Amino acid sequence: MREVTTEKTTHPILIFWIIAGWVGLLILPWYGIEDGFFRFEWLFGGYPWDSDYAPAAFLLAQGEKLWLAPLVLPLIAPFLVLKRQKTDPLYAQILIAAGALGFAWLIAQGFGIGIRGWSFDWLEAVFGPLDNRQFGMGYGALVLASSYLFLFTQGIAARGAINGDVFVVSAVSGVIVIVTVFVFFPIAKMLLAAFATDDGGYSIAVFISKFFDDRIWGLSCVIGPGRCGVAWNSLILAVLVGFLTTALGLVFALVATRSSFRYKRALRALTVLPIITPPFVIGLAIILLFGLSGSVTGYVADLFGVRPTRWVYGLPGLLIAQILAFTPIAFLVLIGVVEGVSPSMEEAAQTLRANRWQVFRTVSLPLMRPGLANAFLLGFIESMADFGNPLVLGGNYDVLSTEIFFAIVGAQYDQSRAAVLAIVLLAFTLGAFYAQRFWLGNKSYTTVSGKGDAGVHPHLPRGLYIPVYTIATFWAAFTIIIYAMILYGSVVELWGVNNSLTFKHYITAFSIDFEQIGVRRWTGSAWDSFWTTIKIATIAAPLTAAVGLITAYLLTRQNFAGKNAFEFGTMLSFAIPGTVIGVSYILAFNVPPIELTGTGIILVVSFIFRNMPVGVRAGIASMSQLDKSLDESSLTLGANSWQTFRRVILPLLRPAILAALVYSFVRAMTAISAVIFLVSAEYNMATSYIIGRVENNDYGLAIAYSTTLIFVMLAAVGVLQLAVGKTRIGRRSTHNSGG
Amino acid sequence: MANSQINSKAASVSFQNVTKVYGKDVLAVDDVSLRIEPGTLVTLLGPSGCGKTTTLRMIAGLEMASKGTILIGDKDVTTLPATDRDVSMVFQSYALFPHMSVMENVSYGLKFSGFNKSESRDRAMAGLDLVGLGDYASRLPSELSGGQQQRVAVARALVLEPQVLLFDEPLSNLDAKLRRQVREEIREIQQNLGLTVVYVTHDQEEALAVSDQIVVMRNASIAQIGTPRELYDAPYDRFVADFIGEANLISCSIEDVKGDVAEIDLSGYRYKLPSRGMKEGPASIAIRPSRLRLAKGQSGEGVNAQIEKATYVGSRMEYAISTDFGQVFAVVDDVDTPFDLGDAVMLSFDAKGPVLLPSS
Repeated sequence: MREVTTEKTTHPILIFWIIAGWVGLLILPWYGIEDGFFRFEWLFGGYPWDSDYAPAAFLLAQGEKLWLAPLVLPLIAPFLVLKRQKTDPLYAQILIAAGALGFAWLIAQGFGIGIRGWSFDWLEAVFGPLDNRQFGMGYGALVLASSYLFLFTQGIAARGAINGDVFVVSAVSGVIVIVTVFVFFPIAKMLLAAFATDDGGYSIAVFISKFFDDRIWGLSCVIGPGRCGVAWNSLILAVLVGFLTTALGLVFALVATRSSFRYKRALRALTVLPIITPPFVIGLAIILLFGLSGSVTGYVADLFGVRPTRWVYGLPGLLIAQILAFTPIAFLVLIGVVEGVSPSMEEAAQTLRANRWQVFRTVSLPLMRPGLANAFLLGFIESMADFGNPLVLGGNYDVLSTEIFFAIVGAQYDQSRAAVLAIVLLAFTLGAFYAQRFWLGNKSYTTVSGKGDAGVHPHLPRGLYIPVYTIATFWAAFTIIIYAMILYGSVVELWGVNNSLTFKHYITAFSIDFEQIGVRRWTGSAWDSFWTTIKIATIAAPLTAAVGLITAYLLTRQNFAGKNAFEFGTMLSFAIPGTVIGVSYILAFNVPPIELTGTGIILVVSFIFRNMPVGVRAGIASMSQLDKSLDESSLTLGANSWQTFRRVILPLLRPAILAALVYSFVRAMTAISAVIFLVSAEYNMATSYIIGRVENNDYGLAIAYSTTLIFVMLAAVGVLQLAVGKTRIGRRSTHNSGG
Repeated sequence: MANSQINSKAASVSFQNVTKVYGKDVLAVDDVSLRIEPGTLVTLLGPSGCGKTTTLRMIAGLEMASKGTILIGDKDVTTLPATDRDVSMVFQSYALFPHMSVMENVSYGLKFSGFNKSESRDRAMAGLDLVGLGDYASRLPSELSGGQQQRVAVARALVLEPQVLLFDEPLSNLDAKLRRQVREEIREIQQNLGLTVVYVTHDQEEALAVSDQIVVMRNASIAQIGTPRELYDAPYDRFVADFIGEANLISCSIEDVKGDVAEIDLSGYRYKLPSRGMKEGPASIAIRPSRLRLAKGQSGEGVNAQIEKATYVGSRMEYAISTDFGQVFAVVDDVDTPFDLGDAVMLSFDAKGPVLLPSS
């Protein structure tokens, strides 16, 4: 620490947060505003005295909501330390006490008092009935809570936590708080809901009876007539998809890196496909090909004179669709791993008398183990979480994600059954997550040591070469056919019945009426959901990137107690299927203190925490490329850690930032599993609109809309590639052929 | 256990007009011929990009020669891949397999050489004992220090009793003190077992210390082959003189040649030295800093010079001296009566000091 910073008695950051706290208390409306804060209608609707719009201070002045009164004191206390030095023990003590008390009280009153007065019976028993109530918190509460939190972090930083670095302490605490609120809290709420009885109590017996329901775990398909439980269905599908996508992904990765294949670049373009394709679109294409009136079905029926069947609906169709959709993801993971195996490892094995096949089996393949495990995990989780394909193609083969949906929105409206199903789903994905870590054990697989490493990867052994080539070619051709079907299907009148070409689907969806000159009217039926999607995705993308990169920075560059738990917590949402997020958000954010259902905010928030792990990974990957001496030299030159982050790390991370931005933008546009629970009439998203069309058998419109989305996202990815291509840092080429 | 000792099957290596071209026209090795005798340690030395690593990788079979013939022993191995050559290599990055224990690493090659399990184990153990790591067999490479990893890599290569053992800059990842120790160990093992070793380095001191023969390479071809002493005392040309140790390269003219003795003139200083077959006319000499003599004053034999810079480095004095023919660098053992800056001195050569070289 430099002396200058410890001795001064003005604390600009502290002053900022004190002022912010008072703004939250005195100026901003305390409760959430139903019509939306940013319409500013509340400014003219009786503000600041109307109790719906009033700031906390005005409520108190009118003698309302008196339980908010204790919040004022912790905001006065920090004035006492303004003239003190950071090294003064009182400085830290007062800030810690004020921040902690204020924050705790804010939380306690929020949970304690809800729409119907006291939220818990024992509170009523102690304090007597309360004839007052409150709604979800608004921006006033949000700003005040932030103020308390950061007063607290400045207190513990002054006591020396994490080298007394205010920025790092605040960032760590901030991430912990938002992850707790938006990941752990909803999950906990969902767990609780699984124990709920019909009359509002909680009971373990109810949970057990629901958990061991035959519809979930039944084995009738093995030991008797009937169907198996949805849990088995999901598990079988996910394991198959995990294995097959990993195997196929490896095949592609080997062809792309270890062979003299001529169209490697085209192969790499495959990796873009899953990013820009809404997952259920593949399912639609499968129907166009193999459905009851599909082209292949019709052709085969004509050829052999058999009656078309619905064989594709169920496990076979789901398997094909999911493998098509998720193989590129496995490829994306494995190509980095296959390239990452240090060539000198393989060369060393060669000089140690292993032949090509032995090198592959004993060195290359084991070194790819983490990648294989990762690819399997991704395939497994994606399959478990996939919602669109089972909805479109599932037939009688019920899986967890769709069951959860029907439990919530269907006629049953059984929240606790949805919660139980979601817990089963979550248990599977977390189990896979743990199994992966267990399997990898504590062996180190780092092969790129940064030490001199000249060499070239050997080519594939001949015995492997032919099957790998055949599979890759066949699969690539199939993928091309699928996408051609999608494009073609969007301009066909009625698939399999009336094959004449038409643009009518596009017109229905995207027509614009130029009724009067200069006045456009978005008359197409898809415009509403289209613009909502663009808007939500545009808001969510920068927030996702920011949260992800700051977390990555903390994980790669800082050391603090509990870092492993911190890492686990931030990566956890990666293993939580979107369906589970959707259910838990509904259960958690439908009631005060945080009331978000039906708003656009809940969609934005769900995207941030769904896609954050990707931002974290991208950030970690590129930050570990940056030498730590860069930060250290910046710090020794007198910059603090925030300035270092902003002026040194961020500029060097431009490619990672752009990647995170576009990725989260595109994911927000293609996501369906969480979204389907969270959309409302006002905030309808493109994907849920399309699914709605599919359910009405309006395939033409659905496919036309999907095609449009694919092209919009292709454009977004293209813009990214252009932008990233120009921000390369000058660097020596990695291939040096040695002395 | 007599059969688990490590023996030597040392063989010679011959390059006959070997050329390696990368892509269409990047010449990495250009028409190189050389012979490495069995049981010797030969160093390939040169600046980066001179083709020494490519030469080594061609012996290993990791690169294939574009033209020419490579023999190991009497066998033509030009087209054999690495797997089928009886050669093993210690990599610059060590290339220890991170997913295998030390024991598994060392017995890896034995597994593919037809030994049964217990025999592989015995041999691997013997190899580990030889490098002093017998107690570390069950560790993972990531649990070893850099020096220990290096020794595991050596043991892994040694236990195969290869005809030729290759080292690709094996010491470049070690610190200076360890470097000296490890290179002595490598030399000791090589001499005790009578191995044929080919060793790539760009550090001339390392090369001088360990080699029987040094091959100095420049621009994809061989500049000179010789024992360390030959290279140091009688370099062929200015490149070799400059690359091996420090040398002052001074332009001069040969005034007179009588038999094997030439007389040169250097700003009036006449000096006789072996002519090495050169005729009268312009030439240059190379002289090591330690073979320059300095005497105070302006008189006596030699050239007039002036001390420009004097550096005390403990065991000796280093001087930069300005002369009519440019600056020279001298090292003097006398540290007790040093010259001062600006002193006028008489500069002359030791007997057997300078070597005559072609002028360019």
